[in-house]
Amino acid sequence: MSTLHTVNKSPFERSSFISCLNHVKAGDAVLMIEDAVVAARKGSAFAEIVEKAAKDCTLYVLGPDLAARGMGEDDLIAGIKLVDYGGFVDLAAEHDRTNAWL
Amino acid sequence: MAMDEMPDVPDVTKKFLYVNRKAPYGTIYALESLEVVLIGAAFEQDVSLAFLDDGVYQLVDGQDTTGIGMKNFSPTYRALGDYEVTKLYVEKESLEERGLTPDDLMQITYEDEDDDWAEKPSIRIVSRAEMIDIMADQDVILSF
Repeated sequence: MSTLHTVNKSPFERSSFISCLNHVKAGDAVLMIEDAVVAARKGSAFAEIVEKAAKDCTLYVLGPDLAARGMGEDDLIAGIKLVDYGGFVDLAAEHDRTNAWL
Repeated sequence: MAMDEMPDVPDVTKKFLYVNRKAPYGTIYALESLEVVLIGAAFEQDVSLAFLDDGVYQLVDGQDTTGIGMKNFSPTYRALGDYEVTKLYVEKESLEERGLTPDDLMQITYEDEDDDWAEKPSIRIVSRAEMIDIMADQDVILSF
Protein backbone atom coordinates (compact mmCIF):
# COMPACT_ATOMS: atom_id res chain seq x y z
CA MET A 1 0.00 0.00 0.00
CA SER A 2 1.92 3.04 -1.19
CA THR A 3 1.19 6.52 -2.42
CA LEU A 4 2.32 8.54 -5.42
CA HIS A 5 2.82 12.15 -4.37
CA THR A 6 2.96 14.80 -7.08
CA VAL A 7 4.36 18.30 -6.61
CA ASN A 8 4.06 21.04 -9.24
CA LYS A 9 5.49 24.15 -7.59
CA SER A 10 9.10 25.19 -6.97
CA PRO A 11 10.28 24.89 -3.36
CA PHE A 12 11.72 28.39 -3.82
CA GLU A 13 8.20 29.73 -4.35
CA ARG A 14 5.88 27.56 -2.24
CA SER A 15 6.04 25.35 0.83
CA SER A 16 4.20 22.46 -0.86
CA PHE A 17 7.35 20.50 -1.77
CA ILE A 18 8.70 20.53 1.80
CA SER A 19 5.25 19.81 3.20
CA CYS A 20 5.01 16.82 0.86
CA LEU A 21 8.39 15.46 1.98
CA ASN A 22 7.23 15.87 5.59
CA HIS A 23 4.21 13.64 4.90
CA VAL A 24 5.65 10.74 2.90
CA LYS A 25 5.82 7.19 4.20
CA ALA A 26 8.70 4.83 3.52
CA GLY A 27 8.12 3.20 0.13
CA ASP A 28 6.13 6.10 -1.32
CA ALA A 29 7.04 7.81 -4.60
CA VAL A 30 7.38 11.55 -5.16
CA LEU A 31 7.11 12.88 -8.72
CA MET A 32 8.26 16.41 -9.46
CA ILE A 33 6.37 18.02 -12.35
CA GLU A 34 6.05 21.51 -13.84
CA ASP A 35 7.98 24.09 -11.75
CA ALA A 36 8.78 21.48 -9.08
CA VAL A 37 11.49 20.06 -11.36
CA VAL A 38 13.82 22.79 -10.08
CA ALA A 39 13.95 20.84 -6.80
CA ALA A 40 15.66 17.97 -8.65
CA ARG A 41 18.71 20.01 -9.68
CA LYS A 42 21.99 19.16 -8.00
CA GLY A 43 23.70 21.94 -6.07
CA SER A 44 20.46 23.73 -5.19
CA ALA A 45 19.73 24.98 -1.67
CA PHE A 46 17.23 22.09 -1.33
CA ALA A 47 19.59 19.35 -2.55
CA GLU A 48 20.47 18.13 0.94
CA ILE A 49 16.79 17.78 1.91
CA VAL A 50 16.07 15.97 -1.37
CA GLU A 51 18.99 13.56 -0.88
CA LYS A 52 17.72 12.76 2.62
CA ALA A 53 14.19 12.11 1.31
CA ALA A 54 15.60 9.78 -1.35
CA LYS A 55 16.66 7.34 1.37
CA ASP A 56 13.03 6.60 2.34
CA CYS A 57 11.14 7.02 -0.90
CA THR A 58 11.72 6.97 -4.65
CA LEU A 59 12.03 10.34 -6.34
CA TYR A 60 11.03 10.95 -9.95
CA VAL A 61 11.10 13.95 -12.23
CA LEU A 62 9.06 14.46 -15.40
CA GLY A 63 11.49 14.66 -18.34
CA PRO A 64 9.55 17.01 -20.64
CA ASP A 65 9.15 19.57 -17.82
CA LEU A 66 12.85 19.25 -17.01
CA ALA A 67 13.88 19.69 -20.66
CA ALA A 68 11.56 22.68 -21.03
CA ARG A 69 13.56 24.39 -18.30
CA GLY A 70 16.91 23.70 -19.92
CA MET A 71 17.87 20.77 -17.76
CA GLY A 72 18.64 17.12 -18.43
CA GLU A 73 19.61 13.92 -16.66
CA ASP A 74 23.15 15.21 -15.94
CA ASP A 75 21.72 18.05 -13.85
CA LEU A 76 19.81 15.76 -11.48
CA ILE A 77 20.64 14.92 -7.90
CA ALA A 78 21.95 11.34 -7.87
CA GLY A 79 19.17 8.79 -7.46
CA ILE A 80 16.35 10.81 -8.97
CA LYS A 81 14.71 8.89 -11.79
CA LEU A 82 13.63 10.45 -15.05
CA VAL A 83 10.19 9.50 -16.41
CA ASP A 84 8.23 10.50 -19.49
CA TYR A 85 4.42 10.93 -19.69
CA GLY A 86 3.98 7.17 -20.07
CA GLY A 87 6.07 6.67 -16.93
CA PHE A 88 3.81 9.13 -15.12
CA VAL A 89 0.79 7.00 -16.05
CA ASP A 90 2.60 3.84 -14.91
CA LEU A 91 3.39 5.43 -11.53
CA ALA A 92 -0.24 6.44 -11.06
CA ALA A 93 -1.35 2.89 -11.89
CA GLU A 94 1.28 1.19 -9.68
CA HIS A 95 0.36 3.07 -6.50
CA ASP A 96 -2.79 2.75 -4.42
CA ARG A 97 -3.57 6.46 -4.45
CA THR A 98 -2.26 9.77 -5.68
CA ASN A 99 -1.77 12.76 -3.41
CA ALA A 100 -1.36 16.02 -5.33
CA TRP A 101 0.41 18.70 -3.32
CA LEU A 102 -1.02 21.84 -4.91
CA MET B 1 -37.68 12.57 -8.18
CA ALA B 2 -39.36 9.35 -7.09
CA MET B 3 -37.24 6.63 -5.55
CA ASP B 4 -37.74 4.25 -8.45
CA GLU B 5 -36.25 6.86 -10.77
CA MET B 6 -33.06 7.19 -8.74
CA PRO B 7 -29.95 6.23 -10.69
CA ASP B 8 -28.14 3.09 -9.63
CA VAL B 9 -25.34 3.82 -7.19
CA PRO B 10 -22.64 1.22 -6.66
CA ASP B 11 -22.82 -0.07 -3.08
CA VAL B 12 -19.07 0.24 -2.63
CA THR B 13 -18.08 2.68 0.08
CA LYS B 14 -14.70 4.27 -0.46
CA LYS B 15 -12.61 6.37 1.86
CA PHE B 16 -12.31 9.92 0.54
CA LEU B 17 -9.95 12.48 2.07
CA TYR B 18 -10.21 16.15 1.17
CA VAL B 19 -6.86 17.84 1.87
CA ASN B 20 -7.02 21.57 2.66
CA ARG B 21 -3.69 23.41 2.69
CA LYS B 22 -4.58 27.02 1.89
CA ALA B 23 -5.96 29.90 3.95
CA PRO B 24 -9.47 31.10 2.99
CA TYR B 25 -10.28 34.23 0.87
CA GLY B 26 -6.85 34.79 -0.77
CA THR B 27 -7.66 32.10 -3.31
CA ILE B 28 -10.83 30.17 -4.18
CA TYR B 29 -9.46 26.77 -3.07
CA ALA B 30 -11.00 26.68 0.43
CA LEU B 31 -14.51 27.56 -0.77
CA GLU B 32 -14.26 25.17 -3.73
CA SER B 33 -13.19 22.36 -1.39
CA LEU B 34 -16.16 22.98 0.88
CA GLU B 35 -18.55 22.96 -2.07
CA VAL B 36 -17.12 19.70 -3.41
CA VAL B 37 -17.36 18.13 0.06
CA LEU B 38 -21.05 19.09 0.26
CA ILE B 39 -21.72 17.73 -3.23
CA GLY B 40 -19.74 14.57 -2.46
CA ALA B 41 -21.70 14.03 0.76
CA ALA B 42 -24.69 13.05 -1.39
CA PHE B 43 -22.82 9.92 -2.51
CA GLU B 44 -22.64 8.47 1.02
CA GLN B 45 -18.93 7.70 1.01
CA ASP B 46 -16.62 7.57 4.03
CA VAL B 47 -15.51 11.20 3.98
CA SER B 48 -12.77 12.85 6.03
CA LEU B 49 -11.28 16.34 5.82
CA ALA B 50 -7.65 17.18 6.56
CA PHE B 51 -6.49 20.66 7.46
CA LEU B 52 -2.76 21.31 7.38
CA ASP B 53 -0.32 24.10 6.57
CA ASP B 54 -2.28 27.38 6.00
CA GLY B 55 -5.45 25.28 5.63
CA VAL B 56 -5.85 25.37 9.42
CA TYR B 57 -6.90 29.02 9.01
CA GLN B 58 -10.13 27.82 7.35
CA LEU B 59 -11.36 26.71 10.79
CA VAL B 60 -10.24 29.70 12.85
CA ASP B 61 -13.06 31.18 14.92
CA GLY B 62 -14.22 34.78 14.52
CA GLN B 63 -13.78 35.26 10.76
CA ASP B 64 -15.25 38.64 9.72
CA THR B 65 -15.20 39.34 5.98
CA THR B 66 -17.37 42.48 5.97
CA GLY B 67 -14.34 44.63 5.11
CA ILE B 68 -13.23 42.62 2.07
CA GLY B 69 -16.57 42.25 0.31
CA MET B 70 -16.52 38.46 0.31
CA LYS B 71 -18.95 35.97 1.81
CA ASN B 72 -17.84 34.50 5.13
CA PHE B 73 -18.36 30.80 4.42
CA SER B 74 -16.89 29.57 7.72
CA PRO B 75 -20.33 28.91 9.34
CA THR B 76 -20.87 26.25 6.67
CA TYR B 77 -18.27 24.00 8.35
CA ARG B 78 -20.69 23.75 11.29
CA ALA B 79 -23.32 22.26 8.95
CA LEU B 80 -21.08 19.40 7.79
CA GLY B 81 -22.28 17.17 10.63
CA ASP B 82 -25.80 17.22 9.15
CA TYR B 83 -24.29 15.69 5.99
CA GLU B 84 -22.54 12.97 8.01
CA VAL B 85 -19.16 14.61 7.48
CA THR B 86 -17.88 14.28 11.03
CA LYS B 87 -14.11 13.78 10.77
CA LEU B 88 -12.18 17.03 10.49
CA TYR B 89 -8.51 16.26 11.14
CA VAL B 90 -6.35 19.28 12.04
CA GLU B 91 -2.57 18.93 12.13
CA LYS B 92 -1.10 20.02 15.47
CA GLU B 93 2.28 21.03 14.02
CA SER B 94 0.61 23.28 11.43
CA LEU B 95 -1.28 25.09 14.21
CA GLU B 96 1.87 25.51 16.30
CA GLU B 97 3.96 26.81 13.38
CA ARG B 98 1.37 29.56 12.93
CA GLY B 99 1.06 30.54 16.59
CA LEU B 100 -2.40 28.95 16.81
CA THR B 101 -3.87 26.55 19.37
CA PRO B 102 -6.97 24.32 19.21
CA ASP B 103 -8.76 26.99 21.28
CA ASP B 104 -8.51 29.38 18.32
CA LEU B 105 -10.69 27.08 16.19
CA MET B 106 -14.47 27.08 15.77
CA GLN B 107 -16.60 24.71 17.83
CA ILE B 108 -17.83 22.17 15.29
CA THR B 109 -19.96 19.27 16.50
CA TYR B 110 -22.12 16.45 15.17
CA GLU B 111 -24.84 14.29 16.67
CA ASP B 112 -23.74 10.66 16.89
CA GLU B 113 -26.66 8.51 15.75
CA ASP B 114 -24.93 5.42 17.17
CA ASP B 115 -24.71 6.99 20.63
CA ASP B 116 -28.25 8.31 21.31
CA TRP B 117 -27.52 11.43 19.21
CA ALA B 118 -24.91 12.64 21.70
CA GLU B 119 -23.21 15.84 20.57
CA LYS B 120 -19.52 15.25 19.83
CA PRO B 121 -16.68 17.38 18.47
CA SER B 122 -15.94 16.96 14.75
CA ILE B 123 -12.48 18.53 14.96
CA ARG B 124 -9.77 16.05 15.88
CA ILE B 125 -6.30 17.42 16.52
CA VAL B 126 -3.70 14.98 15.18
CA SER B 127 0.07 14.93 15.03
CA ARG B 128 1.95 15.03 11.74
CA ALA B 129 2.77 11.34 12.20
CA GLU B 130 -0.94 10.55 12.62
CA MET B 131 -1.78 12.69 9.56
CA ILE B 132 0.67 10.64 7.48
CA ASP B 133 -1.17 7.45 8.50
CA ILE B 134 -4.59 9.03 7.82
CA MET B 135 -3.47 9.96 4.30
CA ALA B 136 -2.04 6.48 3.71
CA ASP B 137 -5.36 4.89 4.76
CA GLN B 138 -7.45 6.46 1.95
CA ASP B 139 -8.82 5.16 -1.33
CA VAL B 140 -9.02 8.63 -2.86
CA ILE B 141 -7.30 11.91 -1.93
CA LEU B 142 -8.67 15.17 -3.33
CA SER B 143 -6.42 18.19 -2.82
CA PHE B 144 -7.38 21.83 -2.59
